[in-house]
Amino acid sequence: MNIRNVSLILNRELKSYFSSLTVYIVILMFLLMTGYFFYNLLATFSVVSYQAQTDPMLAKQYQLLNINETVIRPLFGSISIILLLMTPLLTMRLFAEEKKTGTIELLLTFPINDVDVVLGKYLACLVVLLTMVLLTATYPILLVVLGEPEVVPIATGYLGLVLLGAAALSLGIFTSSLTENQIVSASMSFGMLFFFWLISYSVPLVSAGLGQLLSYLSINEHIESMSKGVVDSTDIIYYLCFIALFLFLTLRSLETKRWR
Amino acid sequence: MIEVENLTKEYGEFRAVDNISFTVEKGEILGFLGPNGAGKTTVMRILTCFFPPTKGKVMVAGYNCFEDSLNVRKRIGYLPQRVPLYEDMKVNDYLRFVAAIKGTPGKEVNRKAAKAMDDCGLSEVSNKLISTISGGYRQRVGIAQALVNDPEVLILDEPTVGLDPKQIKEIRNLIKELAGKHTVILSTHILPEVSILCGRVIIINKGKVVAEDRPENLATESAQRMLLRIGGDAQLIGQELSRVGGVKGVEREQASGDANVFTVVLEDEKLGRQGIQAMIERNRFELVEMRLLEVSLEDIFIKLVTKEEA
Repeated sequence: MNIRNVSLILNRELKSYFSSLTVYIVILMFLLMTGYFFYNLLATFSVVSYQAQTDPMLAKQYQLLNINETVIRPLFGSISIILLLMTPLLTMRLFAEEKKTGTIELLLTFPINDVDVVLGKYLACLVVLLTMVLLTATYPILLVVLGEPEVVPIATGYLGLVLLGAAALSLGIFTSSLTENQIVSASMSFGMLFFFWLISYSVPLVSAGLGQLLSYLSINEHIESMSKGVVDSTDIIYYLCFIALFLFLTLRSLETKRWR
Repeated sequence: MIEVENLTKEYGEFRAVDNISFTVEKGEILGFLGPNGAGKTTVMRILTCFFPPTKGKVMVAGYNCFEDSLNVRKRIGYLPQRVPLYEDMKVNDYLRFVAAIKGTPGKEVNRKAAKAMDDCGLSEVSNKLISTISGGYRQRVGIAQALVNDPEVLILDEPTVGLDPKQIKEIRNLIKELAGKHTVILSTHILPEVSILCGRVIIINKGKVVAEDRPENLATESAQRMLLRIGGDAQLIGQELSRVGGVKGVEREQASGDANVFTVVLEDEKLGRQGIQAMIERNRFELVEMRLLEVSLEDIFIKLVTKEEA
């Protein structure tokens, strides 16, 4: 690995991302969707809070007066799903476009290692992801200004979102390396991400041991505890392994291109 | 500088390159000539370490393309066929990027990019997006990126495709200047280009080398042809011509003015020439024009390629 080469690729990819409209539209749509969820959650919260003034039992019954539980946690849940929808759109072009236009031929004959190429491209989409996720921080900041939510679960929740997004990106970059068609790449990442997301739905149907395994494999299970403020090393290890695995597969897929 | 030994490349069942061997000396310009699908690009992609050969050994600048690919790639500049460039970059940004990624130290990146732009006549468009410049400029950006790092070996896949005559001349001069300092392999299907640029030419067809020599040597090996314009009864002239000793074949071309036009293939130049002269005098035909045709590389090429197929 050569840091200079990684940063050269990273810079080029970032310029390429931000010089096209696509990224701005993806970020805009992401913020509109998450903003809509935030608005609804907050509106519900304020209506319930208002009604609870006259009917204290209502709030107690539904435990609705904790802003962390009623607004922030569900918000993280929604953002995580929207993230899974949006990341394939960020990653689909990374290799597919280079293959389509043929620039991959020059890229792979430059004197740089494949690792540098993969890492540079991965870090570039990670920067875009961080931009997207951090822009949503306006919602919790609004809550901190207006109310008194617990800050720690917000911070750990964001850690979870970033890890989840980073994992999704690693899968996306892998599917992009498999094809020269961006739509195919995006469809494959959608499919695989949904598989990793819904895999926990089968838990009740299978034996306990297998169920545990399936829920461990599920990509969404691991942000649950983080959005409650608990950082468990197994969750972090899960995401890091996921990322490492798919970056490794991307590298392999580039190498097999050299063989074909 | 470049050694290729028993190179074979198969795509599944299809054998694109079949047991090719050749060497290129330092400072030489080698022309790679062949019809579409002959395997030129495949050989070039192997030389540039884009993919490995199925069989055979390829050494560039003393390093093995397969085992020591990074060292090879440091020493080559490559212009692929369709000139794939990052369309969303400006010309100068792109050349700076390529210079840096080819290992130019940070301080020199700007200077090298500027020099490459200067050499390839890109100064006017240096601030334009690559997607907006004309085909000729694109081609030159492609050559500039291959040159930017002053590589020992230049591999150019059809470097003059899509240029206008003036640009072609400029690019050819540029390539000629490179010889000596750099070793150049270029592929082309424009035959005069080979005679102008290359010290040596390799003609390949269907993955095999069918000829390898200096362009002028290839030309002399081929049969002589003669153009004749003669007034008179065309059919009679044709019959008489084919009877002359030393004449191998007669072809009647479209008439120009009141003279009939023939191309004659001569087996023995001197005998044929004298025979034709005598025949014309004997029959009192009116001779308008008689000249030897220069053998073009096209003829050799077609001969070699069709012979191979026959």
